[in-house]
Amino acid sequence: MSPGFLYFSQLVVTGLVIGSVYSLGALGFVLIYKATSVINFAQGECVLMGAYICLWVVVDMQIPFVWAFFITIAFSVVLGLLVERLMLRPLIGEPLITVIMVTIGLATVLKSIVTLFWGTQIRVFPQIFPQEPLRFQGIVVSEVYLWTFGFALFFMAVFAAFFKYSRAGIAMRATADDQQVAQSMGISVKRIFAISWCIAAVVSAVGGMLIGNINGINITLADFGLKVFPAVILGGLDSIVGAIIGGLAIGILENLMGGYLDIYFGGGVKEVAPFVVLVVILMIKPYGLFGTVEIERV
Amino acid sequence: MPTGLFHSTYQDDEKIFQTVWLKCWLGGLLLFLFVGLPFIAPWLSGIIGFSVQHMANMIGIYIIGAHGLNLLTGYTGQISLGHGAFMGVGAYTSAILFMKAGWPFWLSLPAAGLVTAGVGMIFGVPSLRLRGLYLAIATMAAQFIIGYAMRNWTSLTGGSGGLNVDRPSFFGFTLDTDLHYYYLILVLAIVSTVFLKNLLRTRTGRAMVAVRDRYLSAEIMGVNLFKYRLLAFGISSFYVGVAGGLFAHYVLVVSDEHFTMWLSIQYLAMVIIGGLGHVLGGIFGTIFMVLLPEVLRIPTEILSNIYPNIFAIFGTLRELVFGLVIILFLIFEPDGLAARWHTIRAYWKLWPFSY
Repeated sequence: MSPGFLYFSQLVVTGLVIGSVYSLGALGFVLIYKATSVINFAQGECVLMGAYICLWVVVDMQIPFVWAFFITIAFSVVLGLLVERLMLRPLIGEPLITVIMVTIGLATVLKSIVTLFWGTQIRVFPQIFPQEPLRFQGIVVSEVYLWTFGFALFFMAVFAAFFKYSRAGIAMRATADDQQVAQSMGISVKRIFAISWCIAAVVSAVGGMLIGNINGINITLADFGLKVFPAVILGGLDSIVGAIIGGLAIGILENLMGGYLDIYFGGGVKEVAPFVVLVVILMIKPYGLFGTVEIERV
Repeated sequence: MPTGLFHSTYQDDEKIFQTVWLKCWLGGLLLFLFVGLPFIAPWLSGIIGFSVQHMANMIGIYIIGAHGLNLLTGYTGQISLGHGAFMGVGAYTSAILFMKAGWPFWLSLPAAGLVTAGVGMIFGVPSLRLRGLYLAIATMAAQFIIGYAMRNWTSLTGGSGGLNVDRPSFFGFTLDTDLHYYYLILVLAIVSTVFLKNLLRTRTGRAMVAVRDRYLSAEIMGVNLFKYRLLAFGISSFYVGVAGGLFAHYVLVVSDEHFTMWLSIQYLAMVIIGGLGHVLGGIFGTIFMVLLPEVLRIPTEILSNIYPNIFAIFGTLRELVFGLVIILFLIFEPDGLAARWHTIRAYWKLWPFSY
């Protein structure tokens, strides 16, 4: 392979892995949006929280990673339930801006709690997956990336199955489709809201744990969580397939743009490129690739 | 004796000063702001331990910005998470024109407003096709993109080191003390308040409120949605740009760290806590949000006897309290301080025969 193409493929592969974690985050986001029509600006902080809880359990309590993983998930379930019960339920029927602002307030609170307990330094997970790089035709991929990618795909499959076959999943889709009809069919909409916040918190926490294993974590991980916005806008706010594809696409795109444009703009293109893409998409195709186009009739 | 206000003409109903008493109170307030506050500020500062004059200046600057956001979010119903960055655009514009291009201050400040209005309108364009949720995300993207430009467009903005700015001077008179600058801020804050209040009584203002309340009906009644949404973005950004310009010449250095997402969130918190869609809301909310950290300092100092390192985490603690205050306000007082003020006033107006 020519060096140019090798560089390109390397960027694409790395982007794909990071993108798979974006997809997970985007999935959590779309879930909440579909079922409850709430935009969760605290998604990034849920990622942060998950990563730090896992780190705390693994490093400070010396519990093996596998168990820590489940403890973190249990914690996220509690977090999701609490948030839904204490903050979102009193606001049912309030205007959109109120709900958005409450999730922003939540983001601030979660972020400062993390800072209070764990400070702002970068913390690294103990090595769980071997760091030994694997080589395919000259493309270097460390094993932790493969695990991350695998996990992300696994969770996506689990959620897809959940929505398609489980009772709760079908109830969630029904609620998303039409709350009143769902309610009259005997579905408890309040319960659905609670479940969707739980799932979203869990998905974010998983994303946080995976990404923490790659780079180590600090408070800026929350900004990583904000990258789900470009992903969901690209895919369409209410499309699960869109969330997955959007996440992968944004991951690849930001890596490519970072890889090729950093020298012209003095670095950091990766951080801003997804948002530029976001604005462009909003201007030309506001409902994304797979989103439902809202048609308004009077 | 009348038991309330009973208007018999539309002119009466649209008056800003509904009663003679209101005029008197307002006159008293102005007298206090122009003469009383500067007079007692040094004395008050000595008692409570922080510069009252500085606080008053910051409140004045943020009131202008909060009015801007209130016009957009409270009156036109368009949420913006990018006003922190827009304020930055204003600050950098005025700083660059004043310091590098050598423009006089009375030109660079309006220019800051105009440039910011332009930038705000660019990011407001998607508002034609997008509703609340999407717009929040679009303006959040604006925040990140503008923040990136401030950090990385080094030749223009000085990068992360920031730009040094001088105090402005008028006709050879330099506004070099906080007190001198206070009068500039005060006049501009009053002008912006009066303009906002009057704008809302015009066709434009009513059209904006109609767009907020039910945009489809507004459109059917002949309100051009795109025009008024974009206009709201423009005026709102102008306000916040002027606030940015004032801020730049007041703190004397502009850097991207002043204008982060956090500032956008604070702005939103100001108008929400104050009361969306009330002119008074922007004022109350700003006073609340600027004074909150100073008030928090008092328990912190008491606690520092027990936990000596509490000052190290003061910033984080402040953010935590901000977040909690935002959440609690939204749940328990969603209409904000202005609505509370109106209830209190209505109670006293007819006291003791309130039924």
